[in-house]
Amino acid sequence: MNVRRNLCAAVLASAFAGAVHAQESIGGAIERELETYRSMMKSDPWSNPGTLDVDRGESLWKTPAGPNNVSLEACDLGLGPGKVDGAFAALPRYFADAERVMDVEARVLWCMEKLQGFDHVKLLVRPHPGAGMPVKDLGAIATYVAYRSNGRSFAATFSHPKEKEMLALGEALFFHRSGPMDFACSTCHRDSGKRIRLQPLPVFSKPEEARRIVGEWPAYRVSAAHVMTMQHRIYDCFWQMRLPEVELGSDVSVALISYLVKQAEGGEINIPGMKR
Amino acid sequence: MEKRRITFVLLVCIARVDPSCAQEINDIDEAKIDAAMRAAFPKANVDWLSRLKADQTIAGCSQYKDTPPAAPTIAARERASIRYPPDGELMGDWKRGEQLAQSGYGLRFTDYPPTRGNGGNCYACHQLTKEELSYGTLGPSLAGYGKIRRSSEADTKAAYDKIYNSQATYPCSLMPRFGTNGVLTIEQIKDIVALLMSPESPVNRP
Amino acid sequence: MSAKSRIRLPDQATIGEVIEIKTLIAHPMETGTRRNSDGTLVPRLLLHTFETKFAGQEVFRAALHTGTAANPFISFFMKVPGPGEFEFTWIEDGGVKTTERHDLKVT
Repeated sequence: MNVRRNLCAAVLASAFAGAVHAQESIGGAIERELETYRSMMKSDPWSNPGTLDVDRGESLWKTPAGPNNVSLEACDLGLGPGKVDGAFAALPRYFADAERVMDVEARVLWCMEKLQGFDHVKLLVRPHPGAGMPVKDLGAIATYVAYRSNGRSFAATFSHPKEKEMLALGEALFFHRSGPMDFACSTCHRDSGKRIRLQPLPVFSKPEEARRIVGEWPAYRVSAAHVMTMQHRIYDCFWQMRLPEVELGSDVSVALISYLVKQAEGGEINIPGMKR
Repeated sequence: MEKRRITFVLLVCIARVDPSCAQEINDIDEAKIDAAMRAAFPKANVDWLSRLKADQTIAGCSQYKDTPPAAPTIAARERASIRYPPDGELMGDWKRGEQLAQSGYGLRFTDYPPTRGNGGNCYACHQLTKEELSYGTLGPSLAGYGKIRRSSEADTKAAYDKIYNSQATYPCSLMPRFGTNGVLTIEQIKDIVALLMSPESPVNRP
Repeated sequence: MSAKSRIRLPDQATIGEVIEIKTLIAHPMETGTRRNSDGTLVPRLLLHTFETKFAGQEVFRAALHTGTAANPFISFFMKVPGPGEFEFTWIEDGGVKTTERHDLKVT
């Protein structure tokens, strides 16, 4: 019998017991225990509760909803109406009908409005779940769409002029410092092997690290017991950076996602990931 | 020979003393970045939008990816903004300092209306006491900080300056300018200085 | 509260074969010790029991408590006695039951 339990306290307790006085040994012991915890959480991908949101997203994609009472099955994610396989791997991209570059969540939002008749203003009021609450419908659908690209590599081309512009904006924003803490993304995601408290930080300017990490999002977050999408992850970063609430699907969010995806080019998509 | 030279250049660049390392981001101009930032926060009011306004120093840091060519100018400008306690006493209460080091409260959009003062969140990036294992590594370890410096007056002032405005000594430092930016009060900075420098502080006990 | 679940069974099995059954269900598993931001306790709401019958016989039972994380994953092994249907039941504090039935193809 295999019952998943809250391992964090037990793992950290053993880190306490094993701690010695030199800083390097404490650091090393902590890292080893955290790595054990992380690999145990990932050991059986089927056990990831995020797969339940993949199921929910699939149901939402196929079920008629909204004022127009239609499903999302005619939604064009970039490869033609209704074509879901591989669509996530080619995002973000420029959409002529919207006249802008969109990531998966911005595009699903578009389809929910244009096809199903939902009011996008209402959908943007509180688009992300609080701790303990499940991911919202938009996020669940995005998780399902991303899941249908599992095993593929990130392959967005950024060939359209608007896509190039979005990418350049994303890179500039990544290094753009502001707010009362003078933070940019690069403040924390700069040097390899660094962490905030006990949370390691990937360095996205290094393609090998970006390739490992970006393909894990959307991810199930154990501490919040829900799936966190990439838009939510960026929203949460801005919260920590003491900046205002970044709007889902805004150019800033799509630009940053474009930069991350470009850095992760060739990296494998394997969602839902499993995070602390 | 070639390999060693490249390594040397890289090390100097990382040390951020060589102005030839300064690289500007030319692809996108500031106006476009500002416009995108303004449009990205429709829920923000005027006070919040003012956070997006970069001062001259931080605009330069962004422009040069934190390896600025005008380092001495930045240091002088930032040093001029440091304010000291009227009575000249730079050390406060280390117990309060430890609480401030542990607390990440304040200035996030969920911290309104505020129910307490801002924290310094030092443990997010630094090791301080030996007892606290949940520490970050973005900044160097501060364990034994005062002990190493024999709690000297000069080093106490240096610690105060560093917390108030890290860019006075290290232009484009990644560390927030806690005093200048109004994150921490003078009293709070004094408490953190005590945490670092006081012989009784757990940071300095064996 | 009715919840969504997932069950993983092999496509088919032979009599005497030992198979692994995996189950996953969405549930907050609220311990009753967490507090809201206003300081009030979030009331306890747990799935306290998980039981499995196969061909009418109980083959597995687990008593869950506050140590089990949200969205519980439970897997176990069974030696296949013959053909039959699995009946998985999760019971929540207050008595609400969620039941899933799955046939096992036995060759």
